[in-house]
Amino acid sequence: MPLLEVNDLQTSFHTRNGIVRAVNGVSFSLERGETLGIVGESGSGKSVTCHSLMGLVPQPPGRIESGTAMFDGKTDLLACSARELNVIRGRRVAMIFQDPMTSLNPFMRILDQLIEPLLTHKLARRDEAVKRAIEMLELVGVPDAAHRIRSYPHEFSGGMRQRVMIAMALVTKPDLLIADEPTTALDVTVQAQILELIKRSQQQLGMAVIFISHDLGVVSGFCDRVQVMYAGRIVESARTEHLFRSPRHPYNRALQKSIPALQPKGAALYTISGMPPDMSRPVQGCAFAPRCEFAVEACRVREVPLKEVEPGHRSACLRVQEKQLQWEGAHV
Amino acid sequence: MSEPFLELKEVRTHFPVEHGILFRHRVGTVRAVDGVSLRLQRGEVLGLVGESGCGKSTLGRTILQLLPPTEGAVILAGKNLAELRGGALREARADFQMVFQDPYASLNPRMTVFDTLAEAIGAHKQVPSAEMPARVAALMEKVGLSRRFVKKYPHEFSGGQRQRIAIARALAVEPKLIVADEPVSALDVSIQAQIINLLAGLSREMRLTLIFISHDLSVVKHISDRIAVMYLGKIVESGPAAGVFEKPLHPYTKALISAVAIPDPEREKKRQRIILSGDPPSPLRPPSGCAFHPRCPDANADCSRVTPPLEEFQTGREVACLRAREIS
Amino acid sequence: MAAPAQPVAITGAEELEAGHSLWQDAWLRLRKNKLAVGGGVFILVLALASFLSPLIAPHSYDTQNLALGATSPSGQHWLGTDDLGRDLLSRILYGGRISLSVGLAATLVAVVIGVLYGTISGYFGGRVDVLMMRIVDILFSLPFIIFVILLMVIYGRNIYLLFLAIGAVEWLDMSRIVRGQVLSLKKQEFIEAAQALGLRRRRIILRHMIPNVLGIVIIYGTLIVPRVMLTEAFLSFLGFGVQPPMSSWGTLISEGARSMEEFPWLLIFPGLAFSSTLFSLNFVGDGLRDALDVRASKD
Repeated sequence: MPLLEVNDLQTSFHTRNGIVRAVNGVSFSLERGETLGIVGESGSGKSVTCHSLMGLVPQPPGRIESGTAMFDGKTDLLACSARELNVIRGRRVAMIFQDPMTSLNPFMRILDQLIEPLLTHKLARRDEAVKRAIEMLELVGVPDAAHRIRSYPHEFSGGMRQRVMIAMALVTKPDLLIADEPTTALDVTVQAQILELIKRSQQQLGMAVIFISHDLGVVSGFCDRVQVMYAGRIVESARTEHLFRSPRHPYNRALQKSIPALQPKGAALYTISGMPPDMSRPVQGCAFAPRCEFAVEACRVREVPLKEVEPGHRSACLRVQEKQLQWEGAHV
Repeated sequence: MSEPFLELKEVRTHFPVEHGILFRHRVGTVRAVDGVSLRLQRGEVLGLVGESGCGKSTLGRTILQLLPPTEGAVILAGKNLAELRGGALREARADFQMVFQDPYASLNPRMTVFDTLAEAIGAHKQVPSAEMPARVAALMEKVGLSRRFVKKYPHEFSGGQRQRIAIARALAVEPKLIVADEPVSALDVSIQAQIINLLAGLSREMRLTLIFISHDLSVVKHISDRIAVMYLGKIVESGPAAGVFEKPLHPYTKALISAVAIPDPEREKKRQRIILSGDPPSPLRPPSGCAFHPRCPDANADCSRVTPPLEEFQTGREVACLRAREIS
Repeated sequence: MAAPAQPVAITGAEELEAGHSLWQDAWLRLRKNKLAVGGGVFILVLALASFLSPLIAPHSYDTQNLALGATSPSGQHWLGTDDLGRDLLSRILYGGRISLSVGLAATLVAVVIGVLYGTISGYFGGRVDVLMMRIVDILFSLPFIIFVILLMVIYGRNIYLLFLAIGAVEWLDMSRIVRGQVLSLKKQEFIEAAQALGLRRRRIILRHMIPNVLGIVIIYGTLIVPRVMLTEAFLSFLGFGVQPPMSSWGTLISEGARSMEEFPWLLIFPGLAFSSTLFSLNFVGDGLRDALDVRASKD
């Protein structure tokens, strides 16, 4: 039984400019110990999806219009009471965020922030909790942990703060870690350190990880499976190697072609024409069609559901589903 | 060897750290740029890379005299910009311009595109007002913006479009040098390529000398002729772009290149990464000797005592490492 | 559809798309705020009535009718009369003129001085800024009332002096607010870009700084007016402001308070007029703040 099963999640925001359908029918499942990457640009809905699962979407102006998210086969995260959700949040499902500056409470010592999840969920008494907190801090690579644990967040650098946040997330040994662009705000060499750390922790604890990013490269080295989101929907999902080697959606293919590292020098970079759609307007047909070099009339008319086109490989492209399009490698 | 178009000689930009309310006294110095020398030919594209705190943004602003250099010379087409003051400096600004990182903050929100561009066009020249609309339209066309939007305000555009307006503004004074400080970092990936293409195309077409500052190595590799890598206020390696990437000489450059993820799952999962230990250093308390030695996998005892100078390793390639020859 | 990023073939026959400034956005937002609109309308009506009082007031403010004395509201005198038989409605209307003009004039003085001082201090920074702000700090600590009383004693009771004096105190707040805004603006890259273009300092201040400071000036300016009016009322209440037979709302309240138990209407009506005006001004100020708050705009 999957650890997490999300079915037709729809989250919108009711703003004065209209209703923004940030997440527009997202379904996926996650097995224990699996790493899933969710890739997309800003406005794709990748962050809102996970915030919805964790109950972090402010309602109003947000609203979870429909959908279920079964955790461990027993609890629907979207429909359960605040009490039930609080037993799971922070204990069995943990989340780390992009900005290490604002994710830690500047008025509390690191020690107090680290033991808080343990005490709140009654997993240990204070002295045991302190011991585990120090161990966790050492595990994430903070030198001289026993002393530094008494510091305040502002006494740490950005990379260190991110490590502290990871320690806070892992201290209860959760079943699932959701990482929302955890390395985007960090320097490239520090990014490498943090990714290494998350990978190691994942292996040691056997956790499942959902890794949200806009960077295909980062996701490629880390995840078992990847889903690509565009305009609030999943447009392609597959095992990582297959997603890269055999793209089955024009957006995925275009994203890969845009990566500068893969392009010959001197020539102009491949660009995706146009801009992401205005999410406050209803979309007719495929949301990517206006920018797609393969779009035909039918693409603009019919809404295309996400369907399996090969074993383990799903795509929301009409022409791929009808076997009209296929590529091997993005360089084609 | 022709005279360089832009030459920096031992440029230093230091910021004093002061304490005290009325009578301030100096307690330390931030050596943001600490002895940078380089040369650029006319029409070359230099990629300046480094992580936060390395001083690349400060260097960019120092070259443009938006920050006064504490020491050193910034020589553009034979004139030392650091010696110019007042009216002379203002006039000289027509030769060098900047494109900023944040497309939301770099345009005056209360001015239309027309106002912004007209102001720039008229900054150093007298242009009769009857001619202005045509000139503004021509500029907009050059950066790929429809002239239909000329009366619109910045907040009505997307990030990519705003960046185009900012580039148009920089081009309006007909500069010879443009410093682009992380011009695409705040943009979505699919828009970044559009702006990079624009900058590359324009610089070729107009024979502009372009300094492209970024922390994103893959972007820089694509657009640059030459690359300079900065660490804690100094250049640690420089050379032709392809050469530096294929055969990096400095351990920091190697780590930087290694940190860039390759979007090929098989290679990415298997490759050996260089993971640096520790954090980037603080410019307030730089390490002794070579600033990189605490994190360097190849450091030896000398490295903590001696500050390596930037020296020529082979033609066109410079590196600041005591052990460069041994490790390569 | 959102504006396309693609270059479009430029033909002569294209129409320019109208732009939509932040001011227009703010105005639309303000219009939707019912409290602010209500308050604004009330003020406008009251201001109009007050300034037109010579034309519309049923009686003059100083026409005494000693035989009548204080009477409660009646057909002849809609709001009653005071102990000298003067019509209260007329006195309130005339009083509004004084109170509102003092409010506006003093605020104007405060705004002009405050904006100039704050902009210079913020833009030049460094020692200039430190010095200028320390002067403000010192002035802040001086007891305002004593200062005004001193002025009144030396120069006599004079309405113009009154608004100069009040304005001279309120500018301190405004200068701090403007300086703060200028400091944060200075860090914005469009100011650096203007410098990079080689524009003259004066142009940068006038064209780039001040228009972006106006928003906050309008908001706080609107909120200064009620404060000023209260101060004037307070001074008049103490006997330092306008002198009878001229009335301001402050003097009316003062007189009303004295005979509160016997002739309550003498306090209630001026009090109502004054407090509704203050409320309305505050609603408008709050509405302006919500409408002009740049953080509320997109992106």
